[in-house]
Amino acid sequence: MIAATLAFYLFSALAIVGALNVIFQRNPVHSVLWLIFTFFNAAGLFVLLGAEFVAMILVIVYVGAVAVLFLFVVMMLDINITMVREGFLKYLPVGLLVGGILLAELITVFAGWVMSDSADVLRAAPAPDPSDIGNTEALGLILYTDYIYVFQAAGIILLVAMIGSIVLTHRTRAGVRKQVIGEQNARRPSDTLEVVKVESGKGLQ
Amino acid sequence: MAELWINYIWPVVWIVIQILMFLVPILIGVAYLTYAERKIISAMQMRIGPNVVGWFGLLQPFADALKLLTKETVLPTGASPVVFFLAPMITFSLAMLAWAVIPVNPGWVISDLNVGVLYLFAISSLGVYGVVMAGWASNSRYAFLGAMRSAAQMVSYEVSIGFIMITVLITAGTLNLSALVEAQSEPLFGVLPGWYFIPHLPMFIVFFISVLAETNRHPFDLPEAESELVAGFMTEYSSMSFALFFLGEYANMIMMSGMVSILFLGGWLPPYDATPWNLIPGVIWFAAKIAFCLFVFIWVRATFPRYRYDQLMRLGWKVFLPLSLIWLALTAGFLVYFDKVPA
Amino acid sequence: MEELLTEYLPILIFIGIAFVMAIAMVTASLIAGPSNPDPEKTSAYECGFEPFDDSRSKFDVRFYLVAILFIIFDLEVAFLFPWAVSLSGIGLFGFWSMMIFLGVLTIGFVYEWRKGALEWE
Repeated sequence: MIAATLAFYLFSALAIVGALNVIFQRNPVHSVLWLIFTFFNAAGLFVLLGAEFVAMILVIVYVGAVAVLFLFVVMMLDINITMVREGFLKYLPVGLLVGGILLAELITVFAGWVMSDSADVLRAAPAPDPSDIGNTEALGLILYTDYIYVFQAAGIILLVAMIGSIVLTHRTRAGVRKQVIGEQNARRPSDTLEVVKVESGKGLQ
Repeated sequence: MAELWINYIWPVVWIVIQILMFLVPILIGVAYLTYAERKIISAMQMRIGPNVVGWFGLLQPFADALKLLTKETVLPTGASPVVFFLAPMITFSLAMLAWAVIPVNPGWVISDLNVGVLYLFAISSLGVYGVVMAGWASNSRYAFLGAMRSAAQMVSYEVSIGFIMITVLITAGTLNLSALVEAQSEPLFGVLPGWYFIPHLPMFIVFFISVLAETNRHPFDLPEAESELVAGFMTEYSSMSFALFFLGEYANMIMMSGMVSILFLGGWLPPYDATPWNLIPGVIWFAAKIAFCLFVFIWVRATFPRYRYDQLMRLGWKVFLPLSLIWLALTAGFLVYFDKVPA
Repeated sequence: MEELLTEYLPILIFIGIAFVMAIAMVTASLIAGPSNPDPEKTSAYECGFEPFDDSRSKFDVRFYLVAILFIIFDLEVAFLFPWAVSLSGIGLFGFWSMMIFLGVLTIGFVYEWRKGALEWE
């Protein structure tokens, strides 16, 4: 088990180093790359907790999809770093507020786990032993039936995200000639082509 | 001291030996895949192909490697050095990493994860980074354009690959790759091999084409469309960092062929569990299936013209995505209503 | 638990070996190859002109749209994985629960198709 402890300290130390680098890098692209590094270490921590599914999903969704979008955005938006620095003081109160709320939420959750009246029940209830049921399956057994409303709400949020992104970004460009495959396939030789027998010496009149 | 050796050091050494037992054949395979590609394509085009270095040109891959090793590494002006060198390393390492979970014979696997399929999906979704980082770090227009294009392309086909994997998972009922192969051992209707490419034939074809797009191979090798983008995201690379991209691409082909073999072609299983077939060891079957897929990769390259970019995106989003989604729903409905869901 | 972690140890070692190999190969070529850069050689490849400005320029918004749509479908796939392995345990109810979820997202898919967001020009 000493190896697991060592791995825990390794991953958490690297995660903190990565997170600090996200903030202090001057180049936004480097920040995103450090963010990806931090995600990997977080995934390592999840594996140490026995939560394989969450670890893999963290890599698939956050590293494989969300960070790709971040990278697209910062690579192409020409972010002027000095302008961002100027805005730092202006946004400081809002940032502190959001950070404070998140911290309060984390404290509430943690306190509920440790010292609420029902804490013993809470800690005893969940987490089947990973050796007899894979946690992907354990999750699947309750997510779609017991938590159906939450699950469907997630679907609706995704729908809103999809429609929202199209409404915000989609512009139809004028004067673009598109390929219509159906039209191309529907064309028959008889529509466009006429075979004419030309008698010799007479021409085509 | 002896205890320390038995409990801690020896297991790690043993793991390292196992990993090398996987990596060395793969690297040799990659080297000879480049040779095989040149030989096969030249045969299809009535040429001879490499025939100077060694008998029948068999030492050609090593000559190429040595040549690339001794070339100058050029760092373009305005490139960001760390990302520039990191990109090929990531591409190469990712192609190797996937082999950690691929079983080549019953029990012959480095780490038999419960979530092997998820791991493979995660690794293949990271392939975008090598490309995007290379394009951005080179500070060249061709590289940047090529990188953006291939990133969007890889991402688009990733979705249908995901849906098809789910379809196979429902049929097998497990995320573990060894169990997934074992699930294909039951013969279909008692006569046909139980490999999933028979019941899921349309998805097998869609999956294979998506794999071509995912590995940026012909006919979807737009990032390398030399008439418009020179060499795409690899434009500014030279020497060993170029070789790493090259090795990564071919290692990726082998890895993806391994994935196709496991998901659809029954991994190490012989077609029938009867005497002439099951005398051949599983590893050979697995290697033969991979070799078959690789041959198709090369055959496609020699045969088809390149797709245009808008057609490629149309194929991914408007044909493959709905098709795989519908097939997924149909498979699940069939299994649920005919009470055939594997427990 | 212990068992689960021992399955992951080889992967950690594997990551190490793969990166060491990659670094060794690049370093070997840096040592073995010559190095005499000059401005012409290290300038970015363009068709004879000096590059006008930085190549990391603004880009078509369509690439962002593809990335966003990819995230949404990737999440859909993420939701499908546990469903696929537990389908025998959750039965018909679980099956229809997922079909409704997919139906909702298909509405979004049809919307983007009709809007022409999937077209490249």
